Amino acid sequence: MSAPLLCFEQVSYRYPGAASPALSEVSIEIQPGEFCLLAGLSGHGKSTLLRAACGLVPHFHGGHFAGRVTLAGLDTHEHGPARLGAFAGVLFQDPETQLVMSSVRAELALALENRGHSATAVARGVEEVALALGIDSLLDRTTHELSGGEKQRVALGAALAGRPRLVLLDEPTSQLDPVAGDELIGLLRRLNQEWETTIVLAEHRLERCLSSVDRVIAMDRGRIACDSAPHAFLEWAAKHSPALQTPAAKLFALTGLHPAPTGVRGARATLRAHGLLPEECPPQPVGRSKPKARARRAAVPPAALECSGVWHELHRGPAILRGVTLRVQPGESIALMGRNGAGKSTLLRHAAGLLEPTRGRIAHAGRVALLLQNPGDYFVHDRVADEAPPQALAAFGLTELAQQNPRDLSGGERQRLALAIVTGSGEAPAVLALDEPTRGMDREAKAELAQELRRRAAQGQAVIVATHDPEFAAACAERAVLMADGRVIADGTAAELLAGGWYFATETARILSGAAGALLPEQGAELLRARADGAQIPIDGEQRASAILPGVVR
Amino acid sequence: MKPMTLFYRRLPSPLHAARAGVAALWVAALTVAALLLFHPLVLLALLTGVLWAGAGAGVGRPLLRSLRTGAIVWLPIVLVNVLVSREGVTVFARLGSLGPFGQGNLTVEALLYGAVIALKVTLLILITTLASLTIDPDELLRILRRLSFRSALTASLATRMIPVLVADAQRLAEAQRTRPDGPPRGARGRVALLRAVITGSLDRAMDVAATLEVRGFASASRAPRLVRPWSRHDIAFLASAVAVLALAGCGRLAGAASFNAYPELHAPVSVGTLVLCAGLIAAAALPFTDRRGID
Repeated sequence: MSAPLLCFEQVSYRYPGAASPALSEVSIEIQPGEFCLLAGLSGHGKSTLLRAACGLVPHFHGGHFAGRVTLAGLDTHEHGPARLGAFAGVLFQDPETQLVMSSVRAELALALENRGHSATAVARGVEEVALALGIDSLLDRTTHELSGGEKQRVALGAALAGRPRLVLLDEPTSQLDPVAGDELIGLLRRLNQEWETTIVLAEHRLERCLSSVDRVIAMDRGRIACDSAPHAFLEWAAKHSPALQTPAAKLFALTGLHPAPTGVRGARATLRAHGLLPEECPPQPVGRSKPKARARRAAVPPAALECSGVWHELHRGPAILRGVTLRVQPGESIALMGRNGAGKSTLLRHAAGLLEPTRGRIAHAGRVALLLQNPGDYFVHDRVADEAPPQALAAFGLTELAQQNPRDLSGGERQRLALAIVTGSGEAPAVLALDEPTRGMDREAKAELAQELRRRAAQGQAVIVATHDPEFAAACAERAVLMADGRVIADGTAAELLAGGWYFATETARILSGAAGALLPEQGAELLRARADGAQIPIDGEQRASAILPGVVR
Repeated sequence: MKPMTLFYRRLPSPLHAARAGVAALWVAALTVAALLLFHPLVLLALLTGVLWAGAGAGVGRPLLRSLRTGAIVWLPIVLVNVLVSREGVTVFARLGSLGPFGQGNLTVEALLYGAVIALKVTLLILITTLASLTIDPDELLRILRRLSFRSALTASLATRMIPVLVADAQRLAEAQRTRPDGPPRGARGRVALLRAVITGSLDRAMDVAATLEVRGFASASRAPRLVRPWSRHDIAFLASAVAVLALAGCGRLAGAASFNAYPELHAPVSVGTLVLCAGLIAAAALPFTDRRGID
């Protein structure tokens, strides 16, 4: 085996002023050409490990550091991030803070110029990285006018411009829509396969990248809890950390199938081999249900929120919303989906009265509480107790944290505090609207939020969630609305809409080809068990089903 | 969100196609001309040339908006000059005694001199706007980085961070509007809000600093000199800059743009003045007529 490119030897690290260590006795070796996935819940040390690998820990963050990290043979304690940057490119979560120049060309050139490359080498490096990432058409664009996906690609280009041997990525897809996220993962796979670039990727949505990686390193409270190939990781996660299981692995675990699949293709192959793969059914048309006017007048209760032909047209600019009509009943939960720029956030802002439609009308039965993307934007005080009334804090289980600084809370707690702020203590809002509430959240926190939203819907509140995450949409919404180019292009039950697509579909639905509208692993497992039992679709026989499903849960 | 229009954006125009150093020199030549010359007719010719250039560069609309916004500056200049200046012989209004300020006699000469100064200030605003819309700041700062790397990079960061911080502030204000009881009120509320904005900016600054660290800022060396062939637009704007400087210098020395407001208005319009006006308009506008290779 060749010398490791990155090596951690008994590394422990504590941030300045922190009570507990962010890394504890971490020892790993990463070989050249490996594609590693860092898994773990929020706050368990993934980002710190990446920052230690590139020298930001301890040089930039300070704190107490013990052990040894070597990158390409250089001890990170002796060499700073600037020197190590020649070997490791870094991509953080927020593309906005990673673009420091005004034009894309200058952005790509900056790192090369800083390292003293000649003008020819800089020009060549910029050209090559732009071509490799397909951003050559953006070279003369200004960075502030790029979309989120474009910014993330340019930031990746800047990290790759010097052709580093190692690329460290910290949740690079968290702010991207499913299409842009998949494109980025595909790009990383290509870099890894074609140029043998070593990649270490920290990510929460493991299902997005598990099939592309060679190895998974799971972290738990700053320690390495598992370091193995993807299949072995899934076996470990099923036993020790169910929150890290992918939907496909959970589906197989609930059905009693082995081995756990790392992706849709593997899962389908296994199901096909076992004769359990549902028939490929043509996508069902999903449209807007338009009940007859008379029947609607007679039966439908007053809407919690009603948007009638809402347009939002910018002065001397494009139309962001184009005649959106949407009726939301009390107690209904809706997932608003679509690519970045489809108009989801604008629609929610209209619903909450932050924007006025240029045409059309919006009516609501009561207050619309809107939770915007960044919970931190709501915090203006030093104590949690000053941010929201005591009753609201109690409703979200934050009473015990009342004396803490809001900025010291964990991701999930911040989200809950922001919810307590926007819902307040007075009259309960008729509509609760959330704009991308799961950005950067781990699966556990998402499950908690989905449960809270279901509870609120059960109490009669209308819930609208704009999200890029089909798994979260399936967990919290009964209806899904797909938007594109400012229009509602599909509106139906979540089972109809999230079961019949490639991008806007859950992993379970993609594995089962949308059969019976099964979206979540539990629903999929039920369907597979029914198939195995021969109750719904005849298969090879009960005997065979029992043989291949020894641990089937009944 | 409405796009920011006062920042550089690459457009297909001869000025955008010219190298930043030459474009900056051309803009500097217009600035020198605006500062050297006082004759109102010549200044109006220069204003025409600048507006023509703006239209040719595809930024005519923001330039006109800037002209309208300039009224905030030029109107007070005229008013203050006419009220404060005690020079000039042609009184058009008598305000009587103004105590320690003496007699309040308003003169035509003071009014016109104020108008000329206002015209010069407006010209400078327009030229600055034209520069910020058409000269690539990164390319310009790259030249400066060869002289003072860290200062230039700081300037570059500031340029880049302005729209980011504006967007942050808008987001924070929007979040505060969604509170059931509205944004924090009173002095304490405003202080808390201001602190939140500053904290957010510092968080941003930390993230940007981390990015700069891993891009090698700490070991940064001087930017290499780029060798680029001279395009037709580089040559045209360089020639235009030389022509504008020559015309302004000669006009000033030859007295073709002579202007005196006090004690009596003196602004002769000679053939030389007219030639100077035509020359300035032509020099500013001609580089925009060749639109080959501008994409």
